[in-house]
Amino acid sequence: MKKATIKLETLTCPSCMQKIENGIKSIDGVDIPSINVLFNSSKVIFNFDENKASIEDAENVIAKLGYEVKKSQVKDI
Amino acid sequence: MILSRKNHITLMSLILIVTAFISKLGFGNTEIFLWALVIASVIGVAPIAIQAYQALRVKVVSIDVLVTIAVVGAFLIRNFEESAIVTFLFLFGAYLEQRTLNKTRSAIKELTEMAPESALKQMDNGEFEMVEVEEVDVGDILLVKTGAKVPVDGTVVTGEGHINEASITGESLPVTKKKDSKVFAGTILENGTLQIIADRVGEDTTFGKIIELVEEAQDSKSEAERFIDRFSKYYTPAVLVLSFIVWLVSRDIELAITILVLGCPGALVIGVPVSNVAGIGNGAKHGVLLKGSEVIRDFSRVDTIVFDKTGTLTIGNPKVVDHIIYSGNSDEVLSYLSSVEKESDHPLANAVVEYIGDTKTHLIEKTDVIKGGGIVAKIGGHRMVVGNVALMERENVTLNKKVREDISKMQSVGNSLVLASMDGELKVLMGIRDPIRPGVKKDLEKLKKLGVKNLVVLSGDNQETVDLVAKEIGLTEAHGHMLPYDKQDYIKELQAKGQIVAFVGDGVNDSPSLALAQIGIAMGNGTDVAIETSDVVLMNSDFGRLPHALGLAKATVNNMLQNILIAIGVVLILLVSVFFSEWMNMAIGMLVHEASILVVILNGMRLLGYKLR
Repeated sequence: MKKATIKLETLTCPSCMQKIENGIKSIDGVDIPSINVLFNSSKVIFNFDENKASIEDAENVIAKLGYEVKKSQVKDI
Repeated sequence: MILSRKNHITLMSLILIVTAFISKLGFGNTEIFLWALVIASVIGVAPIAIQAYQALRVKVVSIDVLVTIAVVGAFLIRNFEESAIVTFLFLFGAYLEQRTLNKTRSAIKELTEMAPESALKQMDNGEFEMVEVEEVDVGDILLVKTGAKVPVDGTVVTGEGHINEASITGESLPVTKKKDSKVFAGTILENGTLQIIADRVGEDTTFGKIIELVEEAQDSKSEAERFIDRFSKYYTPAVLVLSFIVWLVSRDIELAITILVLGCPGALVIGVPVSNVAGIGNGAKHGVLLKGSEVIRDFSRVDTIVFDKTGTLTIGNPKVVDHIIYSGNSDEVLSYLSSVEKESDHPLANAVVEYIGDTKTHLIEKTDVIKGGGIVAKIGGHRMVVGNVALMERENVTLNKKVREDISKMQSVGNSLVLASMDGELKVLMGIRDPIRPGVKKDLEKLKKLGVKNLVVLSGDNQETVDLVAKEIGLTEAHGHMLPYDKQDYIKELQAKGQIVAFVGDGVNDSPSLALAQIGIAMGNGTDVAIETSDVVLMNSDFGRLPHALGLAKATVNNMLQNILIAIGVVLILLVSVFFSEWMNMAIGMLVHEASILVVILNGMRLLGYKLR
């Protein structure tokens, strides 16, 4: 498992959190309970299985939802 | 593409709407009026519809979905006036929300932006080169020039200078740094040049930890908020269903789409997080770290505050103010005493060592530290007992009448006592005083005014000393002779009585109490222990920030409640008026809805300027 932290453009609308959460949920290999969308710091943090998913998958999903990815980081856990 | 032009679209939509109304009201031209509104509606709804589509793809019925359906509905019944105005208000509202939200988050953003980004690192050839701070490893030698930020936590190798540590301690007076001084990431070298060796880098630095903590805190959710989140997941679909039912029953599209717009839950979802981020941001600016909204809520309800004495109510730097030598060669006795006390890191022991000063050091054969008593040591063939009166009695040291009189005299003026005996005979009595922090009395009064009923001090000192301190600064209760586990038991007792207890300590030897109390408040001077084990940290050990912290917690909780009430109140009023009033329509509904979001953000923003009166 790896831990991903993706810094997004400033989140302002309340429903974007739900959208992003569901978007990340739809990726195979993501540990669903670990998903945390941080409204004020405009970040999404989640754990994923590096054999099934990649950080690029998540970035693509977020981009398709119409949000800009500012910076992303993957760490071993 | 369309989304990134949202601001342009908003502006164009406004111009078209204004044009439409000028041409109709000024020139009576309904043709231009209609076409301008149609165009405004179409370009306005485009970005909203795209967002709605993206949301639906991940199975979220977002506000965008409601608004898009409403606008399309208005378009179908040829109410272009409303469709144009609603889209404009929705877009313009979103723009204002973004601007104001950035303001509420500004305090924390300023803090995170103080993080160092680059460093001058010594390369293999001995030259210093500018690198990204991520490339610095523990053990690297770094050069810090005047005006630059210290990039990591480290130790000075060479050089001297003054550093402003406000980012860590909140204290803006520069601190002198020379060889072997510790320096902290994020602090600023005001003059001089330093070469430092990196001890901790990145997130492991004190500054990194503070940022992590504050970032987590601003997004931590209270139970109420989690409930709102769950609620809103079902709320928007419910509004959609409701409006559909209304349409089925009444066949009134106008009414159905108006309900869609009125039901948007924006202010409710946004109200609590904005209060939270503004409150925590205010704290961060004033040297108070509040670890999240749960902490804020508990803290605001505290009715009992328990203080550790040494280092919390007092400065924590005790000094020997009186000493009596009863028998023997004073130089010899004092040198023995100093050697024994050097074995301990107790503040009283440090005071004794400091007072005696340079003296001969004796080899110690054996030491036993008696918790809450003192030290028993074997030194130079003697058995030496150093500690409080209770320890002397336990060790059968005779305390004659003269000694007892001296003891009560010293205690009556509020001194802590250290006694030293050699082979069962009392040699020295020392009176030690730890000055009370200036301003504590006023701060305690402020706490009382904020509604704290019980202010208690717990201390290992004798009861007389503690009583004297309590009387001097106006505490409601004072308990002496407390060992660390006594303090814990006492807190448990209070909690069993139903009191909500905050414990204030320096985080060094009272971490169990910090953890046990509902709210652990650490007088932190940038130490990790204090930052990690507590719920609230007063930076730079500044006691004066405690009333501000409590006042801020109360203000933040009130602010959240206000925001929840505003949000629910507005939705209720809107829904009631759509059924029972003539004037309510989609455009007014959208206006009120967006205004309510701005009101809760602006209300939250007030917390940024909160000051305790």
